[in-house]
Amino acid sequence: MTTAAIDPSLSGTTTPSASVQWSAFGALLLRDALVVWKTRWAFLLRTIMQPLLFVFVFGYVFPKIGQGIGGSAGQAQFSTLLGPGLIAVAIIFQGIQSVALPMVQEFGYTREIEDRVMAPVPVWAVGAEKIASGALQSLFAAFVVLPFVYLVPSTPVHFSFNWPVLITIVPLSCLLAGALGLTVGTRVEPRQVPLIFSVLVLPMTMLGAAYYPWTSLGAIPWLKAAVLINPLVYMCEGMRMGMTNIPHMNAFAIYGAIIGFTVALTWIGIGGFRNRVLT
Amino acid sequence: MASEAPNAATGPPPAPSPVTAITGTEVIRCIGLTKQFPGRGGAPSVKAVDNLDLAVRKGEIFGLLGPNGAGKTTTVGMLTTRVIPTSGQAIVGDIDVVAEPALAKQLIGVVPQVNTLDRSLTVFENLYFHGRYFGMGAKASRAAANELLERFKLRDRAKADTLTLSGGMAQRVMVARAILHKPAILFLDEPTAGLDPQSRIALWEVVQDLHAQGQTILLTTHYMEEADQLCDRVAIMDHGKILALDTADGLKGSIGADTEIALQADGDLDALAKLLEAGDTVTRTQVTGNVLRAYLRGSAHGALPRLIASADDAGFSITDVSVTEPTLETVFISLTGKELRE
Repeated sequence: MTTAAIDPSLSGTTTPSASVQWSAFGALLLRDALVVWKTRWAFLLRTIMQPLLFVFVFGYVFPKIGQGIGGSAGQAQFSTLLGPGLIAVAIIFQGIQSVALPMVQEFGYTREIEDRVMAPVPVWAVGAEKIASGALQSLFAAFVVLPFVYLVPSTPVHFSFNWPVLITIVPLSCLLAGALGLTVGTRVEPRQVPLIFSVLVLPMTMLGAAYYPWTSLGAIPWLKAAVLINPLVYMCEGMRMGMTNIPHMNAFAIYGAIIGFTVALTWIGIGGFRNRVLT
Repeated sequence: MASEAPNAATGPPPAPSPVTAITGTEVIRCIGLTKQFPGRGGAPSVKAVDNLDLAVRKGEIFGLLGPNGAGKTTTVGMLTTRVIPTSGQAIVGDIDVVAEPALAKQLIGVVPQVNTLDRSLTVFENLYFHGRYFGMGAKASRAAANELLERFKLRDRAKADTLTLSGGMAQRVMVARAILHKPAILFLDEPTAGLDPQSRIALWEVVQDLHAQGQTILLTTHYMEEADQLCDRVAIMDHGKILALDTADGLKGSIGADTEIALQADGDLDALAKLLEAGDTVTRTQVTGNVLRAYLRGSAHGALPRLIASADDAGFSITDVSVTEPTLETVFISLTGKELRE
């Protein structure tokens, strides 16, 4: 950031400087944090309901009524493999819900993002702040969901935490979710919102290796290959690598894909944001 | 730097008085500013702003007056970093807006045409966070927000949801928000469009107060009364170009008439115009749609009966007459041959 000389009499108390930009970025995050706080019950409900019901039906009800999932051998560890998957789904869900959906409204109808866009930072930084804000909310969602996937199932859950993996995979996954949210939010029109769920979220989660390990798809080779375009596959496999002893995809592939998707979606998302903001 | 482009296409309006050399500090400069939008669906591309030269002085209220589609909002868009010029330069303060948008944004406050208040925040929070976005500390931002709420008579709405505000109130909050960080230049894009008359007058008072305190303001409007009442200087804009630029009085004086008589009559208005011009009362006429405007020196007193009588004698039946002093609308019509709100 260059700091060109500005006639001080022009700028009142405003002193243009690079430090203003950092504090502007912080203020944008603070604004989002306040909005989350104001809507905390809605936040918790939308975060908890899906994984809670899932883990309740498949991890508690099914074993209790003797309805197996994944064959008798798989059943024993189903609750263990489901947990990381549901946490990954919660993370990606939050990216869509906390970034994409509000942004579709703000660009489509209310234009209320206008004042934040006029904050004295480059436009890309306002987009980057949305990714950061989405990532923080995804991280929070992951923590909220964790006790449910551990405590609700009626069959034993065997988590064994690999901390170096977790403290890298979880934040990376959260950034990926925020970047996906920005990409979707800047490219979808308000009337297309219902399609986000049927065309994007549902196929992503059902085919995202959340409810089955990717490695077990060997029986359906074409599906095993096809789902590799889905970033959630790597997040779920990464979470499994960090939380369980269940066999998982190669670690390099997981990290490489998550970083690759994050970089690509950040690029596309910020590009989309610039296109929506600038004419 | 100010543009002088009498419109050659629409007859010979008296040339607006030349713009005097800019004195004092120029805080906005446009040099050859152009924005061309690509045509959609095979349509030809549109030059929304066409080689615009403009200079706004520190402390003045400068008005861009023109009909919808004249290029006013695009001009403001380019000056406020949101529209990237196709060519030319836009400078606020000493900052090139295109090269240094983040820095330029520190110098400007913008009130856009639509309500852009943050719906997730209260009125107070809208102001408070605006201050924080501009680098103000929590305490300073809170103090500034409270002071503005007081000054803009919004104290009792501090905790209100922004969706509950009336149009006039929302507009006041937006103005308060735009000036909270003490910008060097305030941009008001059609600030009173859609407001009821009472709210409009209230907002005019706000703008005049700010002006009295030395705030430089660039406003766009298609209400000639607004430009006339508020602005130190007015640029009349159409088709992306400035057609005339002067004080409101200077522009009205450029018409070269003291009285405007607008007539509606049955029959060929062009023929009637010729008839009236043939007499020695009317200095000039202009026909737009079904209205004939006749311009005279001096007052209508005495002239009006004569005009009506001569029209009657020639077989024209006059159905409506109104007598006014020339307005900025008159100037616009004489420059473009069309009305502002067409």
